[in-house]
Amino acid sequence: MNSLISTSHISSSNYHAFESQTSLTVFRSSPSLWSLRFCGLRQEAVQFFQLKNRLVSGALKKRRHYVSAAASNGSPSKRKFDYDLVIIGAGVGGHGAALHAVEKGLKTAIIEGDVIGGTCVNRGCVPSKALLAVSGRMRELQDEHHMKALGIQVVSGAGYDRQAVADHASNLASKIRNNLTNSMKALGVDILTGFGSIVGPQKVKYGVDNVITAKDIIIATGSVPFVPKGIEVDGKTVVTSDHALKLEFVPDWIAIVGSGYIGLEFSDVYTALGSEVTFIEALDQLMPGFDPEISKLAQRVLINPRKIDYHTGVFASKITPAKDGKPVIIELIDAKTKELKETLEVDAALIATGRAPFTKGLGLENINVETQRGFVPVDERMRVLDAKGNMVPHVYCIGDANGKLMLAHAASAQGISVVEQVTGKDHVLNHLSVPAACFTHPEISMVGLTEPQAKEKAKKEKFKISVAKTSFKANTKALAENEGEGLAKLIYRPDTGEILGVHILGLHAADLIHEASNAMALGTGIQDIKFAVHAHPTLSEVLDELFKSAQVNVDERKPVAV
Amino acid sequence: MSQLLNSSFTPTTTTLRRTSLTQPTSIRKCTQVQAKIREIFMPALSSTMTEGKIVNWIQSEGDKLSKGQSVVVVESDKADMEVETFYDGYLAAIMVDEGSVAPVGSAIALLAESEDEIPLAVSQAQKQGAGASAETPPPSDAGAVVTAPAPVAAPAAVKTAAGGGTGGTMSTHPASEGGKRVVASPYAKKLAKELNVDLSFVVGTGPLGRIVAKDVEAAVVAAAVGGGEKVSKESGVTGGVELGSVVPFTTMQGAVSKNMVESLGVPTFRVGYTITTDALDALYKKIKSKGVTMTALLAKATALALAKHPVVNSSCRDGKSFTYNSNINIAVAVAIEGGLITPVLQNADKVDIYSLSRKWKELVDKARAKQLQPQEYTTGTFTLSNLGMFGVDRFDAILPPGTGAIMAVGASVPTVVATKDGRIGMKNQMQVNVTADHRVIYGADLAQFLQTLAKIIEDPKDLTF
Repeated sequence: MNSLISTSHISSSNYHAFESQTSLTVFRSSPSLWSLRFCGLRQEAVQFFQLKNRLVSGALKKRRHYVSAAASNGSPSKRKFDYDLVIIGAGVGGHGAALHAVEKGLKTAIIEGDVIGGTCVNRGCVPSKALLAVSGRMRELQDEHHMKALGIQVVSGAGYDRQAVADHASNLASKIRNNLTNSMKALGVDILTGFGSIVGPQKVKYGVDNVITAKDIIIATGSVPFVPKGIEVDGKTVVTSDHALKLEFVPDWIAIVGSGYIGLEFSDVYTALGSEVTFIEALDQLMPGFDPEISKLAQRVLINPRKIDYHTGVFASKITPAKDGKPVIIELIDAKTKELKETLEVDAALIATGRAPFTKGLGLENINVETQRGFVPVDERMRVLDAKGNMVPHVYCIGDANGKLMLAHAASAQGISVVEQVTGKDHVLNHLSVPAACFTHPEISMVGLTEPQAKEKAKKEKFKISVAKTSFKANTKALAENEGEGLAKLIYRPDTGEILGVHILGLHAADLIHEASNAMALGTGIQDIKFAVHAHPTLSEVLDELFKSAQVNVDERKPVAV
Repeated sequence: MSQLLNSSFTPTTTTLRRTSLTQPTSIRKCTQVQAKIREIFMPALSSTMTEGKIVNWIQSEGDKLSKGQSVVVVESDKADMEVETFYDGYLAAIMVDEGSVAPVGSAIALLAESEDEIPLAVSQAQKQGAGASAETPPPSDAGAVVTAPAPVAAPAAVKTAAGGGTGGTMSTHPASEGGKRVVASPYAKKLAKELNVDLSFVVGTGPLGRIVAKDVEAAVVAAAVGGGEKVSKESGVTGGVELGSVVPFTTMQGAVSKNMVESLGVPTFRVGYTITTDALDALYKKIKSKGVTMTALLAKATALALAKHPVVNSSCRDGKSFTYNSNINIAVAVAIEGGLITPVLQNADKVDIYSLSRKWKELVDKARAKQLQPQEYTTGTFTLSNLGMFGVDRFDAILPPGTGAIMAVGASVPTVVATKDGRIGMKNQMQVNVTADHRVIYGADLAQFLQTLAKIIEDPKDLTF
């Protein structure tokens, strides 16, 4: 993903995003694209919470000793340090790293100042999937035409109970949170409660004054929703994904600022629950960052037929929450001329302009590290770099906090990669093979390069690329489900059979992408994977056809069966 | 015609010629003869396709095209298909954007023969406007609606708000600036575009007076009012009228007014016919006890006649193409309190007379209770207006915009008739008078249609199957 990030339009934004309106343009469009699935960790930034956590952690001090006494996880090699590995932040990234560390025999502790599970589990991918599960069913039941075509009669129309839907989301989050906590406890990972910070080389403080030493430290503090200036978030009518996932009310009309992953998924939820949606996108087109062909199709399928309109090429320069009987007021200015273009009055606004790293108060100055627009600078092995660009020994940073690829599973993969390294095995994660998905109905998924990115790379490195496409309309299973809308697209090198990127929009696209991402991770060429057999009739045949339709000028490496 | 539907690209001059019609006196719609600018039409990609969605334009405006080259990808009900050009030339102007829908046979782009003609084609395209029904209102369009209401529209809207309308509080909306701006929800905007409703006429009843979908639908109810006789009706409705007072239009009146003015943009003409109804009266007497109504009988007869003359059931919306409607839906004007509505008998040619009569009773009841759903009054393809029950023996109806023809039915009255064999007899006769859009329906079409209708009514055995 390194190279993706560096070549892509998306990535540049990650690093230039925070100060001015100009940088905002890029920011809004792109990190937001990734962000719902950016499920790194997050600890509360608010002073009040810190205070509370400190008090709590003081009280829990005794318990820690108990826990560590009972711990069965590996004992530090020479008793020189309290722990082999301390992870700051118990989100999906920290959790993945912790589990792998125990497997590798490291004595491991994880510090969490808020709740176990971080953004992903508590305020991100997990609860949003619960809402999307509801929206998918609502959508289906409300689609009379679709139902009729299947021969189903829905007698009195589909309705929903808002509180019950909200409860489903929060119950799911707490269930997953418990699973996560239990899995770490069962393995004997010490869970230290309190706000963690680095006080010196190999020294970490948590809570008020607990200092522990560790051979290696992983920073996995994640991110928080990014709110551009001028926007006043009141948590009720002007909200971020944090609030919206609680589904405290379903507005008649909601404006969604940012048409990336978060915005798109929420538009799916809200329109299914009866809201009307207005998108506000700073770039000239909706869903920037997706492969252009996919975003075009997504617009046809996910935007145009729904109760959605949009303003592109504009910033929401000022958003005032509803009060005194007035609606939420949004001032839109032209992205280029900065002139006031229009004023919108809506019932609610969701700010989905991406996520900002949560790295304040980490004590990075104690190890001479300067953040870059909040992100912790790292090399390709996630080793933290100091102000001069030199490697800081024994400190790593994974997940949203380093901004390389703001996805929960990317954070986890980075964590595993770090553990591999600290246990003596060099490992570099291939970010290009990390898939991403957007859980709209139908879903969108992707791995690797978009077509413009691949073209650029091909031009630079002087090779040819080809594109193959298949439609869900030709897939038996999709037609049986009456869900033929969709496209799978493969970008590849005809001379080597290398898969450069795969993009899918269609039924269960998020589950389908892994065949492609695994092939990329393992370096399997199209000439080989095209001989793999797919069960019939399944949606996976969409990819089967995709691979088979590619024109590769090399023979398969080895016979498929022996 | 089949040639037109199968070929995507046909020169302008032939588009509106119908081979079935040879009446020499009819005025041909060939005013826009641009010999070297050809229209690119939405092709019929399957036998069931009535409209197509532009998936994407493979070529962009200004590109040079050669015969056989793929120009556009169109989504039909079956698959996405690439459409090729039959002519060399330049793609001068794209008239239907990607993602938008256009009816089969309507122009989606203009092809200029030489580069010099591109500007001409562009201006032509602009003139013809965004005719096709775009599915998504691009924000810029919405903006246009907001900032530039038609000159006629603005005062009307303000008046409506001032007059209280139907509980609308448009003027109190913080963003409406006293009616100067229109605040409408995304779906309301979408619906308004689809249903061709000018939002500046609509009174919002949503939160803070914003226009929501149901307001647009309510406006359509009002706009569905078609015939000219309907306006006069309204003046009679008011009971205690204060003489000499100036009364601002209600929403419905505003919509009627707008619709009536709009109807002037359509070149109409009228053809009348006298039909003997003895046989029909006899039939009616016979099956009246089974709940059959005269309205249903007339609708049925009209639908059967329309089935034989599909052009009379067609409609022209954009002035450059017309649609052969796939269903025969007979709208029948009904006076209701405070105005008039046109409930629709769908597929009147296919539904049997008994079901049709039941349906009609249900629609009338619903109409009186003001509970008609939009699809029950907006989907008419041909309108019937009957004033016979008032003793009116002949009148003339105004064509509702968006449809091809309307028929005014007078009372059936006993008439002394001289027959061909020189005898004199008494027959019940009624006069019908059809008003039609001459851009698509010509004199001979109506004449033939009326002849068929008269045959059906004079020998009504087909009405009961």
